[in-house]
Amino acid sequence: MPGKLKAKIVAGRHLPVMDRASDLTDAFVEVKFGNTTFKTDVYPKSLNPQWNSEWFKFEVDDEDLQDEPLQITVLDHDTYSANDAIGKVYIDIDPLLCSEAATVISGWLPIYDTIHGIRGEINVLVKVDLFNDLNRFRQSSCGVKFFCTTSIPRCYRAVMVHGFVEELVVNEDPEYQWIDRIRTPRASNEARQRLIFLMSGELQRKIGLKVLEMGGNAVVGYLQCFDLEGESGLVVRAIGTACTLEKISTFPATATHPNNSSPSKDMKEPGFGEEAPGVPLSSGPPTPLRAQTFSSFSPSKSYSRQSSSSDTELSLTPKTGGHLCHFCMIPPSPFCVFQEYPFFTLTAFPPGFLLHVGGVVSARSVKLLDRIHNPDEPETRDAWWEEIRQEIKSHAKALGCHAVVGYSESTSICEEVCILSASGTAAVLSSRFMQDGPLDTEHRFEEVVSPGCGFCHIPYDELNIPFPAQLTYCYCCRRYKVPDVLFTTIDLPTEANVTGKGCLIQARLCRTKKKAQGEGNATAISSLLPFLEYELHTQLMNKLKLRGMNALFGLRIQISVGETMLLGLASATGVYLTALPSPGGIQIAGKTPSDITYEQHISTMQKKINDTIDKNKELYEINPPEVVEEIIGSPIPEPRQRSRLFRSHSESSDEVSELDLSHGKKDAFVLEIDDTDAVEDIHALLTDSPTPAGFYSCNTEIMPGIQNWTSAIQMFTSVRVFRLNANLTNQGLNKIFSDLCENLLKSLYFKLRSMVPCCLCHLNFTVAIPEDELIQVAVTAVAMSFDKEQPLENGKQSGEKTLIKGKHRPLKAMSGIFPPHLSFLSSLSPSLSLALLLSTASSLEKASPLPEGRSRSLRSNRSYSGSSVAVVKMTPLSFIPGAKIIKYLGIINMFFIRETSSLREEGGVSGFLHTFIAEVFAMVRAHVAALGGNAVVSYSMKECVFMENPNKNQAQCLINVSGDAVIFVRESELESTSVQTQSATTHTSNATL
Amino acid sequence: MRLHGTHIKLTERSLYSVDVKMSVELDVFVGNTTIMDKEVYQLWLNGYTVNDAVKVRIEGGVMEECEASAEVLLSDTMDQYRTFQMCERLLHHPAKLANQLLFQIPPDRQAMLIERYYAFDDSFVREVLGKKLSKGTKKDLDDVSIKTGITLKSCRRQFDNFKRVFKVVEELKGPLVENIRQHFLLPDQLARDYAAIVFFANHRFETGKKKLQYLTFQDFAFCAGQLINNWTVGAVDNMMEDMDVDLDKEFLQDLKDLKILITDKDLLDQHKNLVCTALRGKTNVFNEMEANFKNLSRGLVNIAAKLINAKDVRDFFIDLVEKFIEPCRSDKLTSIDVNLYLTHYTNSAHILDTFKHHAVWTRYMGVIKSCILRMYHD
Repeated sequence: MPGKLKAKIVAGRHLPVMDRASDLTDAFVEVKFGNTTFKTDVYPKSLNPQWNSEWFKFEVDDEDLQDEPLQITVLDHDTYSANDAIGKVYIDIDPLLCSEAATVISGWLPIYDTIHGIRGEINVLVKVDLFNDLNRFRQSSCGVKFFCTTSIPRCYRAVMVHGFVEELVVNEDPEYQWIDRIRTPRASNEARQRLIFLMSGELQRKIGLKVLEMGGNAVVGYLQCFDLEGESGLVVRAIGTACTLEKISTFPATATHPNNSSPSKDMKEPGFGEEAPGVPLSSGPPTPLRAQTFSSFSPSKSYSRQSSSSDTELSLTPKTGGHLCHFCMIPPSPFCVFQEYPFFTLTAFPPGFLLHVGGVVSARSVKLLDRIHNPDEPETRDAWWEEIRQEIKSHAKALGCHAVVGYSESTSICEEVCILSASGTAAVLSSRFMQDGPLDTEHRFEEVVSPGCGFCHIPYDELNIPFPAQLTYCYCCRRYKVPDVLFTTIDLPTEANVTGKGCLIQARLCRTKKKAQGEGNATAISSLLPFLEYELHTQLMNKLKLRGMNALFGLRIQISVGETMLLGLASATGVYLTALPSPGGIQIAGKTPSDITYEQHISTMQKKINDTIDKNKELYEINPPEVVEEIIGSPIPEPRQRSRLFRSHSESSDEVSELDLSHGKKDAFVLEIDDTDAVEDIHALLTDSPTPAGFYSCNTEIMPGIQNWTSAIQMFTSVRVFRLNANLTNQGLNKIFSDLCENLLKSLYFKLRSMVPCCLCHLNFTVAIPEDELIQVAVTAVAMSFDKEQPLENGKQSGEKTLIKGKHRPLKAMSGIFPPHLSFLSSLSPSLSLALLLSTASSLEKASPLPEGRSRSLRSNRSYSGSSVAVVKMTPLSFIPGAKIIKYLGIINMFFIRETSSLREEGGVSGFLHTFIAEVFAMVRAHVAALGGNAVVSYSMKECVFMENPNKNQAQCLINVSGDAVIFVRESELESTSVQTQSATTHTSNATL
Repeated sequence: MRLHGTHIKLTERSLYSVDVKMSVELDVFVGNTTIMDKEVYQLWLNGYTVNDAVKVRIEGGVMEECEASAEVLLSDTMDQYRTFQMCERLLHHPAKLANQLLFQIPPDRQAMLIERYYAFDDSFVREVLGKKLSKGTKKDLDDVSIKTGITLKSCRRQFDNFKRVFKVVEELKGPLVENIRQHFLLPDQLARDYAAIVFFANHRFETGKKKLQYLTFQDFAFCAGQLINNWTVGAVDNMMEDMDVDLDKEFLQDLKDLKILITDKDLLDQHKNLVCTALRGKTNVFNEMEANFKNLSRGLVNIAAKLINAKDVRDFFIDLVEKFIEPCRSDKLTSIDVNLYLTHYTNSAHILDTFKHHAVWTRYMGVIKSCILRMYHD
């Protein structure tokens, strides 16, 4: 019995009128945890009841504390009939289980009903008394901290980064159970919400156990997703990066870190334990269903051969007996394997962690869903993901990399077809903290780590490049080779040398597909995918060159499947990396040079393109220093500046594979415009409207070239649903899809015009095909104003710098055409120490004020404003400009369902969704404020499933959001308090005000 | 709930069509801090339809400024309108705006929203000032709308605001202006205006007669302020026992005693002599004043004596105009003359031997004098 949960119901306000006769409500509250329920007295005839209840105490196992939410139900007492529910509040008590997070939940929380939305607020107090439990076999993982942030959280430093953790749980979806036919929509929605809360809790607990087993104390970059598989069930899965974090405090806490994790823990994760090493995964999918995997743009046929070969290679890697290698404790043996999957969900790293970047690796697989028969054995889904991860791993190896960073997984489901996707950036991580790492190929890179360009240097062997590429000597250091273009999924390392500013680059694609069922459908989708990816890549390349840039960061490719079409949306932030060669232009070539008017047409177009490139260079301030071009022995000794890109016709697959190979070989970037497609493409290229004056946009955390942010930030979510009214060709669809993305962006710029000069950061587009002929686009981003004047000294604040280098040979890496080199294998081992010890050079930050005092003073501050509502900032970024995060209060992970059967009365679909999103924001803010916080960082809306049936006047929406609740203080305040030297007393006195 | 079923393609269901091939069915933007454009808010308050608002905005040149298209403007306008509609129920109880959790709105924005929501057009308020804030009046708003050129939607909002404020303060004790300011979080001047509107509606003062047309709302509001500050219970008794929506009954009763000034012939002559002595040589309309003294005095004192009847209270302003302002104006008195006259008229009464009602007289004439001066447009 290791925990006592205590809850007190203080008061309610703004309750709805439940009794029409009196225009009042007789409200009481049920407080439920697990199977125990308490009730308050009825507070008669009031819309603002004052219950002031006793403390309700629940004595429970900490396992339950992690799994279960505290459920508060507000009801209207009715003497003669059943009591009417007003609404519910689910409180995740996980933040209270960790000593470093929140200590109490106290505040006004919205009472939510799935049919009526927010119906008043309730004031509650929740506390947890935890008793220490030394049971080794415990099932709980209380105390493991979770962060959505994909970098080391601001007030911590990483003592060790242990690596990848993953878990998934499955269940039947209550909405599809037989009982759903007889219960009310409200009951069904609530069953679903509750189930997902439980599953999230369980998932988090299980991940926490894995972390504890690895010797860590935190999960960073925690990414939890739901797969609503319909009839076949509900999957909740999560991935993250296990770390050992240490709070940065005033006392020098350096090497004295007695990590109690035993050095010889078995690294194998339970989920993988049964798997026999060496089974060629691709040959025998574990399900009887069609399960074809393939990587980006090689046709699936050729792929399967390739992947089996890389799997064979993988199987050579010793999988068993992995030992935790601790810094200075056990010298890693050459065969010390990190972990089964050396993946990191982080996108930004502490300095010195990331050495080189190979490029983007991705894998997709099309699966047919089948009912999950036994929820306790989610092996099928596990196996699916395992296949994909293996593939990713082998791709990374082929790039000479032993690790994958910026790793993420996603799904798209349509009826019974599911596309699983994973992508990341192959990278070489530092092994210099290991005492005698064996020598191998990458060792040489470690000698010189020049911060500005090191990550661009190729990690692979230039004589055995897995794909055709053009290499030159680094334009910064002139010592190592760099590729001509680099694609990555990570954030731009803060120390990277960048010329000019960056911008958002999107490739958009729509492909029609025949309606089909079952396996036929899966096959059709499988065969379309490579073309889709290839064309997206081509578009990205073209647009990148058009902007005069040479690298992409934060690349995210989303493929959405519908009944009659596939949507592809690739977003990334383009920049000009100083270390990489200047990109060539784009050359247009006609196939029939005989015709003179045609020639003219081409030359006008060429001119247009050249003009656009020049304009863009000016716009993004790209003026790289002139350098004498020296070309080094690249496999393609063509010293031309222009690189060639071939446009493929997606009609025949043989052609594609052929073209694919030629991709990098061509020295000029040539667009052939003999077919109408190409003309369209060029048009699309040129019609991408530039961002209005004063605006910049990116999908990464920060925008290169902008440092002096003001404190004005505006997070927003925008959702649009489009109906296609006609049968359209691929080109027609493409144009529409592209236009609608462009228009959405334009609307955003217009909305936010008062913030100019400003940058839209972390622009995250999510596309979906909710039903035939509908396209849904959702965007979440933050607009941040900056000061045009006096660009701050490029102050890389000491402690917080992150080092990431992303190098990216995009999708090419995935093409799987490269022969596996055994030499890569050996290169893997050295840096694969399971735990990388990170030293944060400047870990001693300014003494942070006592968080306790601060949090209290925050609360007292509220009263100053005259309103009882605290301002809570929200941002998808991991930081708040001009402010310092002094405490992380825990993860916010909320799932809501909203349904209506009076759609018209609620303002139609827009009115309905507008209200719902506003309600979700309000609930997030309220829960953060109740934890004592004043901001949510790394906020994201991971799911927004909207369904409507206007004929029945009905609509339903599911939203899942997450983020980290934090307390921040303005840097100006911080300084002023530190000047006063007695920060503690200052804060306490503040608190008493 | 699973929502399956066939869709009927209804064009009116879509928000707007981008072209024939595609229409936008849903379009929302939600900011953590609620974004509200002042200009669009004003258009919404003015009762413009979305399309009209878009037109106005296009004419305003916002498109060129921001490189936007008409479609962007339409989307933005619809979105803002929706936001305002969602906020509207909060604006009905402005105190809730500060305590609600749904919209995160900075305090200065909240104040702006409230102030503009409760702002009204002078031309509109002139039409309903003093009328009963009833359903009947509301039904006549379309006439008002046609007459004033203010959209019916806006008329209704303004009318509902009046009614809402009226209903709330009707139940409250204490000073009227302060009650309005606290309950509706209005700036001082606006609160005073509402106090006037409530006061007028409560007493059903006649303001619509042709003879009163030349008076502006601000004239009436000023007079209302005078009445509230001097003639109500709250004006003399700060115990907050009663509200100052109602005139002080005792005072009205006492006003009847002033009749002696016109019924007692000696007193009237004496009064006249005193005033004329004081005025002689100070104005070039002395003769007219002298000739009209008895008339004017009868007029003012009769008004006082009748105020005990609620029905006569309604005619207070029309009486002032008919019995005093019009005669003075036909004699071409300037407002300086009027001021002079009223000053001496008031002061002289105190010197009268047999006149005992000094307090009531001062209380009465103070208000009458300021009202007349305000209403006396040269």
